[in-house]
Amino acid sequence: MSVLVFAETTGGGIAETSLETVAFARGLDAEVDAVVVGELPHGAAGELAEHGVRTVHHATGDAFGAYSGAAWATAVQAAAGQSRVVLAPGTPRGLEVLAHLAARLDVAMAANVVSVVPDDELVVTRQVLGGSVLEEMQLPDTPALLAVAGHAVEAAPAPAPAVGTVRELTPEVAPADLVARVVSVEPVEAVDSSGLTTASVVVGAGRGAGGPDGFGAVSELAELLGGALGVSRVVTSLGWRPHHEQIGQTGSRISPDLYIPCGISGAIQHWAGCASSKTILAINTDPEAPMVTKATYAVIGDMHEIVPAINEELRRRRG
Amino acid sequence: MTDVLVCIKRVPDVGGEVTLTADGQGVDARHVGFTVSEHENCAVELAVQVAAATGGRATVLTLGPAEAVEQLRSALAVGCDDAVLIEVCEPGSYGPADVAREIAAVVADRGDELVLLGNDAADTGDFQVGIRLAHLLGRPVVNGVRTVAVTDGVLVARGDGVDGVETYELPLPAVATVLEGGVEPRYPSLKGRMKAKKAPIDTRAPRSAPAGSGRVRLLLPPAQPSTVDVLGEGPQAAAAVVDLLERMGVAR
Ligand SMILES: Cc1cc2nc3c(=O)[nH]c(=O)nc-3n(C[C@H](O)[C@H](O)[C@H](O)COP(=O)(O)OP(=O)(O)OC[C@H]3O[C@@H](n4cnc5c(N)ncnc54)[C@H](O)[C@@H]3O)c2cc1C
Ligand SMILES: Nc1ncnc2c1ncn2[C@@H]1O[C@H](COP(=O)(O)O)[C@@H](O)[C@H]1O
Repeated sequence: MSVLVFAETTGGGIAETSLETVAFARGLDAEVDAVVVGELPHGAAGELAEHGVRTVHHATGDAFGAYSGAAWATAVQAAAGQSRVVLAPGTPRGLEVLAHLAARLDVAMAANVVSVVPDDELVVTRQVLGGSVLEEMQLPDTPALLAVAGHAVEAAPAPAPAVGTVRELTPEVAPADLVARVVSVEPVEAVDSSGLTTASVVVGAGRGAGGPDGFGAVSELAELLGGALGVSRVVTSLGWRPHHEQIGQTGSRISPDLYIPCGISGAIQHWAGCASSKTILAINTDPEAPMVTKATYAVIGDMHEIVPAINEELRRRRG
Repeated sequence: MTDVLVCIKRVPDVGGEVTLTADGQGVDARHVGFTVSEHENCAVELAVQVAAATGGRATVLTLGPAEAVEQLRSALAVGCDDAVLIEVCEPGSYGPADVAREIAAVVADRGDELVLLGNDAADTGDFQVGIRLAHLLGRPVVNGVRTVAVTDGVLVARGDGVDGVETYELPLPAVATVLEGGVEPRYPSLKGRMKAKKAPIDTRAPRSAPAGSGRVRLLLPPAQPSTVDVLGEGPQAAAAVVDLLERMGVAR
């Protein structure tokens, strides 16, 4: 059985979430191929081979210069051949490209997949309701399409790396698939200017911050720890902080080594965005708040007293 | 004049603990309220804005049980002009392809030039109804955008891409799926609420039997027993916190 992974690149190589998807695909006990659309960064094919990818299909052509979900799906379709399963990372583009493929082939697609039910390659387990519930879902069609939830598995090189051949591909793209195409990109420093999704430490603040002026100490703590500030939906909807700082089901998903949520209750939709944090240190007045009971560590009390005291202690020890 | 159809989905409003129905096929919603996704609330706001700016009409649509009229009326209260209910007894038996097919039939019938949906539904999170709908209608689709506007029959949509803010321009008719964060949904006015209460609902029957969602069953993730280590109370805990930060190697 062979399976195909839609792999995304970042400036330097293959995106981490795509490598996770490759690791997930290896778990299917299959020959893993991958498709990269557009530019193939130097060394990216080697990186994929190291992670066990047999053939890298590299789709190029004018049609892929600017992003279009429909056109990219054509490239994936061209590479898919007889693949039993096509996988994509659960990123905006991964999901979009896969959905185009699903619509075109009229086959089922599962999003937010965390595992395959053992002994039944046709049934996957996926997260629904922001991860608070799991669903077992049947995927009877070929190819089965699945988008893998972030951090469902860890990216890791294959025990035995593949030889890794690159096959160039120049699929024909229908003009209709280029109608909805990016016409311009306004580079913001980075959309995720705070580096929220990649930070190893994130300090969070919720309604407990009390108002737009309540973020001084938490911002300072984030800075002292070389981390980023993230907030809850209440904070963005009240206009206290910008939306790009929001963590959760409809915000960013973070996976830092340490997350310090202050004055955040830990509603399911918030938890959906921070559940993959390695360690959580909750600061909350309420010892029964879900964020506290789910945390690794907690300090009970007013964040406006506790956070400045931590900052003070950090500065004192640094001298 | 651009007529906009915006699609919303009634979902259980789960804040804390979730319980499942005895057959494991659904969420036990006897003690929870219902809501729609924040993405869809933003799509409703954009639909109302586009209709107002172009002199068209904004119509809200849902496929759901009779009770979903509640969600339709909320959208009418914030400015939608009309509402369509595709009434089904067992919404759970409609998979994303089924929903897309039913919406497509309504659009083919009504001819709305722009269809807005959420990026993903708050319960099943399938991330695909909008794209399937566009394919069925033979229309272009932009996905996960935060704002849309229509000028001279051209849809201008903007959203966050990997390299910055991406702009799409495409001719109508088109489909767009919306992510929360580009607009702030308005609150209903008293007048809006009064109007919504009396507005007629265009109730329709589904065109065909659903193929299904592929759901085998739902299950709850294993409960993690609380093992939280309380480092202390109040500012006196600061020393213990910094000890921890140092042990973890994050307090360089
Ligand atoms: C479809 C949908 C999508 C959603 N998406 C998201 C999302 O992406 N992200 C998100 O965050 N939410 C999301 N929500 C909202 C979510 O359900 C919660 O309403 C929200 O997360 C609560 O924010 P909060 O914890 O800041 O506020 P609250 O729930 O009000 O909690 C405040 C907490 O602060 C504590 N506190 C108060 N004062 C202090 C103090 N001085 N010091 C310390 N602690 C204090 C309280 O004990 C409490 O635990 C979504 C909801 C829906 C329906
Ligand atoms: N039953 C439904 N009725 C109306 N719109 C729906 C329904 N299900 C999904 N949608 C729309 O499709 C979007 C994406 O849903 P999904 O692909 O299921 O994640 C949602 O945000 C809604 O806008």
